[in-house]
Amino acid sequence: MPLPPGIRLLSRLLAPGASRRGNCTATSPPLYDVVISGGGMVGGALGCALGFDPHFQNKKILLLEAGHRKVLDRVPETYSNRVSSISPGSATLLSSFGAWDHICNMRFKPFRRMQVWDACSDALITFDADGLEDMGYIVENDVIVAALNRQLDSLAGHIEVSYRCRAVGYTWPLPYHTSESSPWVQIELSDGRIIQTKLLIGADGQKSLVRAAAGIQNVQWRYDQAAVVATLHLSEATENNVAWQRFLPSGPVALLPLSDTCSSLVWSTSLEQASQLLNMDEESFVDAINSAFWSNDSHSDFIDSAGSIFRSALSFLMPSGTSARQLPPSIARVDPKSRAMYPLGLGHATEYIRHRVALVGDAAHRVHPLAGQGVNMGFGDVSSLAEHLSRAAFAGKDIGSTRHLLEYETERQRHNLPMMAAIDLLKRLYSSKNAPFVLLRTLGLQATNSVSPVKEQIMAFASK
Amino acid sequence: MAWRAPACRCFETMLTKCCGFKEGCKQTRLLKPDNLTSLHPSGVRNIWLSFARRYTSTHTTVDPDELKKFQAWSLRWWDEEGVYSALHSLNDLRVPFIRDTLISKNGNHELGSPLLGVKLLDVGCGGGVLSEPLGRLGAAVTGIDPLENNIRTADLHKSFDPDLDSRIQYTACSLEDMEDDAAEIYDAVVASEVVEHVGDLESFIKCCHNVLKPGGSIFITTISKTPLSYALGIVVAEKILGIVPDGTHDWEKFVTPEELERVLESNGFAVETVNGMLYNPLSTSWSWIDSTSINYALHAVKTAPPEETFSTEQPPEEEQSTPKVDAHLGTTP
Repeated sequence: MPLPPGIRLLSRLLAPGASRRGNCTATSPPLYDVVISGGGMVGGALGCALGFDPHFQNKKILLLEAGHRKVLDRVPETYSNRVSSISPGSATLLSSFGAWDHICNMRFKPFRRMQVWDACSDALITFDADGLEDMGYIVENDVIVAALNRQLDSLAGHIEVSYRCRAVGYTWPLPYHTSESSPWVQIELSDGRIIQTKLLIGADGQKSLVRAAAGIQNVQWRYDQAAVVATLHLSEATENNVAWQRFLPSGPVALLPLSDTCSSLVWSTSLEQASQLLNMDEESFVDAINSAFWSNDSHSDFIDSAGSIFRSALSFLMPSGTSARQLPPSIARVDPKSRAMYPLGLGHATEYIRHRVALVGDAAHRVHPLAGQGVNMGFGDVSSLAEHLSRAAFAGKDIGSTRHLLEYETERQRHNLPMMAAIDLLKRLYSSKNAPFVLLRTLGLQATNSVSPVKEQIMAFASK
Repeated sequence: MAWRAPACRCFETMLTKCCGFKEGCKQTRLLKPDNLTSLHPSGVRNIWLSFARRYTSTHTTVDPDELKKFQAWSLRWWDEEGVYSALHSLNDLRVPFIRDTLISKNGNHELGSPLLGVKLLDVGCGGGVLSEPLGRLGAAVTGIDPLENNIRTADLHKSFDPDLDSRIQYTACSLEDMEDDAAEIYDAVVASEVVEHVGDLESFIKCCHNVLKPGGSIFITTISKTPLSYALGIVVAEKILGIVPDGTHDWEKFVTPEELERVLESNGFAVETVNGMLYNPLSTSWSWIDSTSINYALHAVKTAPPEETFSTEQPPEEEQSTPKVDAHLGTTP
């Protein structure tokens, strides 16, 4: 039966076969399920977590890393000056996909105790590991990345990794579905390729381009502080299984164990002092560190006596509550060329997710290193996001759907925001030499130290 | 008994009058028109009419703006926060229900594609809200819906995903239309939120039986016929909260789990599971509950061939066959 031309056009336009504009033909860009921008510790861990997930077996994953591929065939003799304190929770994540074994075979140092004390008083708090477990591990960042890369290699064919490659442009999908536009995120890469993805993950650090491109607001401020890092050699070999941190009025200085004879320094201080420390000769640098840990110049008699009265009152009330003060090791020399500094600040992405976008790690939150939580919060993000995505995949959901991404955001913000607030508060409380503040933190620290349940809560929260 | 959705009917009538075009839309005997139209936004009908008028009076090409508007409306199926949001979140229960039942029936499954190798029919697929997740899990899905609008939406939506595009086929037809060439070819039939819109439940179940392989599964989710379901499903959900568009449901057509079980058992199915479901409009999420007095999900397995005498000898007079089934049941111990 002949149809009038108009009807033919109508039926052609509306026929099911006509709606194939979005169909993946040879010309349309390749479509990935997940694209991770940033192949550092957090991005690499997310790649591994998804790559080893049984429900992600048939998904296509692409990892973009702007830097070179880092190969670590042999652990270098000298320690890297960039190290992380890895919590037991993060170690569990890393072992869930086999990366922890590589770290153990390369180099890491467990610590069983943490001692934190004040330069302005005798107040101190110690955290001890329970039984056989370790409190945490000091691992060089390079070792973590190398371990992750080894696991990513074993996933070749399932996860594609593009090194020296970054996104130069994004085309975001409309929040609703139309026939004209692609529902996926389109990414233009620096090597000229154009790809599409159902979910884009920004693991590209504190200056995240994904966050900026997605228009997610970032609340941030600088601390007018910089962290000076260096690899230090101890005067004599010790068991070296304690992480030390002393709060100086200029900022906290931490000594993290690397081996029986080496420790890593993270000294947060004013920008001027940081550049002085960086430029002084090695001998004066070592002296400066030793006096940072040993000097009592900032003590005041009033606070000292108030603190000691309070301490004896506490020990009367709770005889077993306080543990003995230990003395930090003294430093003999600094590894040449290991000194470096980087600026410190706080950053908080107001949203961790958007339609088909999620942020993890420093892209979502940046904290002061005083609690050693930065990368652990990032690994916590990875663990949570991987679990939500895995569940979504097993339920056949669209992997970029806002519904389960929101669950990830809620779960992580509930953990990360109190952590960030606590770290920021500690930083501010300890930056002051004013007697009321010093007294407050002296008494507070002593009280916290003697109440085990409170300490256990703090440890449980920080070791996630 | 034949009917057409009013929008289609008007369109077809006009086309028939003006151009002698008769294949405007498919027919079905199982679904009643008033229920169907309420499943898609009311504006669609007017757009259809305006298309038809534009066409039949001037014979020019389609106004692209009108086309866009029409498509925007039918694409509301995929607005997860829109009128179908309760259907989207129902996936959190029904997809695992179907998945886990089929996995435990089939034994070993491929990681990442647990439903690989399962041939599945989604009856009343609408915009493909349930077909897509099942397709992503590896099933070869055939989605059917009598409304061409829905099929076009579903087809367009899956076409952007190459994996789904190859795994899902949508057809605008009724269950009866496909019965002949689809005898015993499916491992599973899904009729989710459909039987409460069906005119003749018994023949609907029979059709499902015919397309299922022996031992195949039927999954049904629907709403029970109780005072509570009237209060919540119609008064609260439609009139007060507007979770579902007003007029979506006709309480008279709701079916209790007991009635549904009776119909299934008398037509060669063995009912294995009946679970109650509850929707929480505050969290917009569903949860399993013990009570089946509002919404429920059911799984049954095809056991015996249906009563051949009824389906072959008296197919047009299904209403008469119902009492016979009852009588037959009465004599069976």
